[in-house]
Amino acid sequence: MTPRTLFAKIWDAHVVHRLPLPDGPELLYVDLHLVHEVTSPQAFEGLRLAGRRVRRPELTVATADHNVPTGDRALPITDALAARQVGALAANAREFGIELFDLASPRQGIVHVIGPELGLTQPGMVIVCGDSHTSTHGAFGALAFGIGTSEVEHVLATQCLVVMRPKTMEVRFEGAPASGVTAKDLILALIGRIGTAGATGHVIEYTGEAIRGLSMEGRMTVCNMSIEAGARAGMIAPDDASFAYLAGRPRAPEGERFTRAVARWRRLKSDDGATYDARVTLDAARVGPQVTWGTNPGMVADITARVPDPAGFASAAERQAVERALAYMDLQPGTPLEGLPIDRVFLGSCTNARIEDLRSAARVVRGRRVAAGVRALVVPGSQQVKAQAEAEGLDRVFREAGFEWRNSGCSMCLGMNPDILASGERCAATSNRNFEGRQGRGGRTHLMSPAMAAAAGIAGHLVDIRRWA
Amino acid sequence: MTPFVRHAGRVAALPRVNVDTDQIVPKQFLKRIERTGFAPVLFHDWRYRADGSPDPAFELNQPAAAGASILLAGANFGCGSSREHAVWALREHGLRVVIAESFADIFYANCCQNGLLAVRLVTGEIAELFARHTRAAGRYDVVVDLEAQTVVDDAGFHAAFSIASYHREMLLRGLDEIGRTLLAEGQIAAFERERWNAEGGTAGRASDLAVPRSDFRVPRSGEGDVA
Repeated sequence: MTPRTLFAKIWDAHVVHRLPLPDGPELLYVDLHLVHEVTSPQAFEGLRLAGRRVRRPELTVATADHNVPTGDRALPITDALAARQVGALAANAREFGIELFDLASPRQGIVHVIGPELGLTQPGMVIVCGDSHTSTHGAFGALAFGIGTSEVEHVLATQCLVVMRPKTMEVRFEGAPASGVTAKDLILALIGRIGTAGATGHVIEYTGEAIRGLSMEGRMTVCNMSIEAGARAGMIAPDDASFAYLAGRPRAPEGERFTRAVARWRRLKSDDGATYDARVTLDAARVGPQVTWGTNPGMVADITARVPDPAGFASAAERQAVERALAYMDLQPGTPLEGLPIDRVFLGSCTNARIEDLRSAARVVRGRRVAAGVRALVVPGSQQVKAQAEAEGLDRVFREAGFEWRNSGCSMCLGMNPDILASGERCAATSNRNFEGRQGRGGRTHLMSPAMAAAAGIAGHLVDIRRWA
Repeated sequence: MTPFVRHAGRVAALPRVNVDTDQIVPKQFLKRIERTGFAPVLFHDWRYRADGSPDPAFELNQPAAAGASILLAGANFGCGSSREHAVWALREHGLRVVIAESFADIFYANCCQNGLLAVRLVTGEIAELFARHTRAAGRYDVVVDLEAQTVVDDAGFHAAFSIASYHREMLLRGLDEIGRTLLAEGQIAAFERERWNAEGGTAGRASDLAVPRSDFRVPRSGEGDVA
């Protein structure tokens, strides 16, 4: 039999049928459909208008995360439009029989944090959600990708999706990262290398020693940002770390069924000799802590670098884009990134708000104080992460250092809730996008790892975490 | 969905690369639960100054761009967030076609779902269109023909584009994709039966499908209503 990639094994196992067209898409079966309040109301309305039902409510799970306030959960949502959207999700979940983890639930959280946390996310699955960061779930060896609202409606109605088979790309991280270099730095370095459209049309499989050495949290960070390289999805073959993470999770198989599942999951890896449409290799040992300087995640450099000169870019389009980005970011070419003053810190998002991220940030801030004039926020990725952090005393570490300790949600990653930057404010953020206005109109976002963001909050400026005492 | 066969219209040029969907519809406007009402906020933070007045420097605010129904843009258009609101806003603004060197995957799929034709042309053709648009001081019209798969103007520009036959059919006929997929109900049901019956199934959840739902639910509080 022809050697197959991990992607091909999962894809082939989910093809319901191939449409009779020369370049035809395939009808793909979906094992898990995650739903949130922002991209679903129009889909449910579409079902109602057409008199359709949700075909497999038991394979559909909803939570409210994008627009929810992160303050006191006992208070009502003051933003009337946000409240209406969250209310619509609850009403739709009731009407169509879908399980909902709402704001009152101790299991509520960012959809890409709670999927794995509940054990809903499992190797070999096809997982979709109306959110581009669905690629996160690929860390478990699932094929997981973001879809639009019309496709959300399609999956609700049919449990399937019509998809063109994407191409494959192997991204191999050889060697071991240096101390202070995290999963976030690896993925930012990749995006810096191949650009924000570098993997368009492809599903990335991450391989290599550096990837194997990552925790599940780290693998989720890497897969999460696959979309920032343009990829349809990112995935990592499951191994003992994946199985250990899933064991005992509420929705993971139990006992004998878990043992059988693990035996099945072990076959989910690319065969020797399987070929990819594209290949990229990076030496993890040569990656330093990364920080973005521009207005997309590909505009990134080592913390020891300086703000680039637009004149140094090859094409007119690139030069123009860099000039525009530097004007927006209020940065001069040649300015060292280290030492750049910041006003805000955001520790949160589906990229970097899991327990390991909070632990790594807490190690940096323990016994210290946030710099004068800096406002710093910790938004755990889920209520379970929050509870775990509190059990470990991390909330006290952050609070004593002057950080605000919040309830979970997407929060300032996209600023749909009241957590936003004021115009002109510069933020050290652990999230995934530094687009213009992403965290608030006129706000300036620098993406980095949790430890780097935490250290920036203490120092009041960007620092090289490798020299943090 | 409105079928798309052939469209003649005014071109608006947005010579920027990597235009992300956060720019097309900023997040503060994603709270609507309808598919409509997004045209006024299309490109909001670029289109309007902080005081709410239109920014005359923004390309789409230029007088010649009024009434444009074809958007010409730089590479990797529509990257970032999956928000379909971006496509709804472009459509509601009156756009029928976006022409660029490349598009982000999710955005492209969203276009096909909404009768917005995303046309990929090669670098040289895109540069030529931008040049002709500039020479015409923004008063530049083209004809986009999906049946013929061409973009032409009345001064000799001619470019052919490719599109998957499935997407072409969907757009030409304005098909309801869900209705089409539901015709395969027999195959979907057979697929599910096969996987439930297979020992263990091919994916983790397949074997769970047969388990009564109450067996694998976790206890939860506050079901239903939200504070």
